Amino acid sequence: MRRNWDRHWFAWAMAAPVVLVLSVLVFYPLGRGIYLSFTNTTEANQNAQTCVKSITGGEVCEPNPDAAHFIGLENYTRVLSGELGEFWHQLLITVIWTVSCVVFHYGIGLGLAVLLNRPMKLRGLYRVLLVLPWAVPSFVSAFTWRYMFNEKFGLINGLLAKLGIDPVAWFENTWTSLLTAVIANIWLGVPFMMVALLGGLQTIPAELHEAATIDGASAWQRFTNVTLPGLRSVSMTVILLGTIWTFNMFAVIYLITAGQPAGSTEILVTGAYRAAFQGVRNYSLAATYGVLILSILLVFSVFYRRALRKQGEVW
Amino acid sequence: MSSLVDNPAVDPVPSRHRVAEPVRAQGFARRTAPRRPGQRSWLASVGLHATLIVASVIAVGPIVWILVSSFKPAQWVNSSDLSLIKEPTLENYTYVLGHTNFPRWALNSVIVAVFTMAIGVFLSATTGYALSRFRFPGRRALMLVFLVTQMFPVAILIVPIYMIMAKLGLIDSLASLVLAYLTIAVPFCAWMLRGYFDTIDTSLDEAAQLDGCGYFATFWRIVLPLARPGLAVTGFFTFLTAWGEIAYASAFIQTDSQFTLGYGLQQFVPRFNPQWHYLTASAVLITLPAALVYYFAQRHLVSGLTAGGTKG
Repeated sequence: MRRNWDRHWFAWAMAAPVVLVLSVLVFYPLGRGIYLSFTNTTEANQNAQTCVKSITGGEVCEPNPDAAHFIGLENYTRVLSGELGEFWHQLLITVIWTVSCVVFHYGIGLGLAVLLNRPMKLRGLYRVLLVLPWAVPSFVSAFTWRYMFNEKFGLINGLLAKLGIDPVAWFENTWTSLLTAVIANIWLGVPFMMVALLGGLQTIPAELHEAATIDGASAWQRFTNVTLPGLRSVSMTVILLGTIWTFNMFAVIYLITAGQPAGSTEILVTGAYRAAFQGVRNYSLAATYGVLILSILLVFSVFYRRALRKQGEVW
Repeated sequence: MSSLVDNPAVDPVPSRHRVAEPVRAQGFARRTAPRRPGQRSWLASVGLHATLIVASVIAVGPIVWILVSSFKPAQWVNSSDLSLIKEPTLENYTYVLGHTNFPRWALNSVIVAVFTMAIGVFLSATTGYALSRFRFPGRRALMLVFLVTQMFPVAILIVPIYMIMAKLGLIDSLASLVLAYLTIAVPFCAWMLRGYFDTIDTSLDEAAQLDGCGYFATFWRIVLPLARPGLAVTGFFTFLTAWGEIAYASAFIQTDSQFTLGYGLQQFVPRFNPQWHYLTASAVLITLPAALVYYFAQRHLVSGLTAGGTKG
């Protein structure tokens, strides 16, 4: 132990502040959150005591008869059986949302990165313009797209009218409403993918491309046999991160569709948030959702890593 | 704009040479270039530029639309009129800046974002350095923790963090937001910076230590200055995290004078009777500082992010 300390004190000291912050503000809350999901805590019953101001000015406190208490798995059975909230519908929406966003993020990001990864005129200008959406705060983008999809005076309907198409009431149908959010989120997320993949492309040695060209490989063959394998590790990382981030993407859904129509475009994260902070705040319900979301993501990443390892990736 | 175009950082330099700045200047430039421009057929050139122009228009379009709309009077913002410029006026800006709490919210946001950025970059740098240079017990666990924290949904943490903040008396204070944002930004940034530090030659550290530099001096005086691109990306990322967050801000902050921009802005767009004209002007004002930070960070974005990405 003593030797360990002498050898590693500096590394530990460097990492200590982060470990401290994370344990106080992430792992302790995580434990609390998991515990809350086994109770029936709401805003109304969270206090163990009820205190009443008496006429003399003092406070009389007595144990709260309805105080929140441990109820075992009841939250989970009620949520998963559909009795409380709309877990399965929101899960479906979340999966559609995540898959469509990540597929387009990666596809468009890769396409643009490949196009940009060559000497040409105006390269720097294109890059600055294409990365610009990243610099816009996500809530501003969300409001911007909500404005552009406005039924009466949005830019999108204005352009459609020019083409002779009747205005679309985007937010009155579940799927068009979800589509607006997906479009906005694709716009928002492509720059990150593009920049990460562009960096990855630049680590592929030019010699490989040259050798493939000399061997008579077509552009498409070079792409599938040199570029894609060379991007493997970057791709795997950004796809995993992108999936997690999109799954938990709060601002876009919360601000653009706001669940319209009638809460049907709510994803799990926003559904949980509304449970926690709107109306009578149902803290335990939100925590239950949180635990379920986390479990889904954990299971996903375990399978993802296992699939990678099977293909010989030591990531 | 021309300084952006001629930016040397946009040259396709292999990132493993990134650290050796002088070497790059002498001759490695353009080594990865798969083909010379002359080799591209005329048709391919047109297709390439056409695709990139369309993509750029889509990328910039919404921003430009909001920008031009913000200079229109209210009745034209709230109309289906498609002209770019219509009776230009500054009244949206003067109203937002003069008759709402917007300046106060902006100040709050700046305070939160700057503190988050400064503390976040420092913490990520120290942790990233430890992860990159030392094989200490707990290293693997910490790396795993950083990845796993990315998965924690707001939903599970927000209520317990709210309760902790309430206990500490920090609800309705900007400090609560800085703390909450650090938990979002630091794991990712530390992980990214570790990848960046990995690309910096360790022989520099060793040389510095032979010359009598202590551990911390080596880190602070030798490695950090070399890691500037990585730090720039980290700063950009933490700043944007804090500048654009709304879930914690909506939950923790209750009084009007403590709102940050993300939450304050929602006041302009209630479900009924949204005031889009004020929204467009505020959107422009809010994006400006972020764009400024972006401008300083953009030349480092590719190189800074690569290291973190490839070394996952």
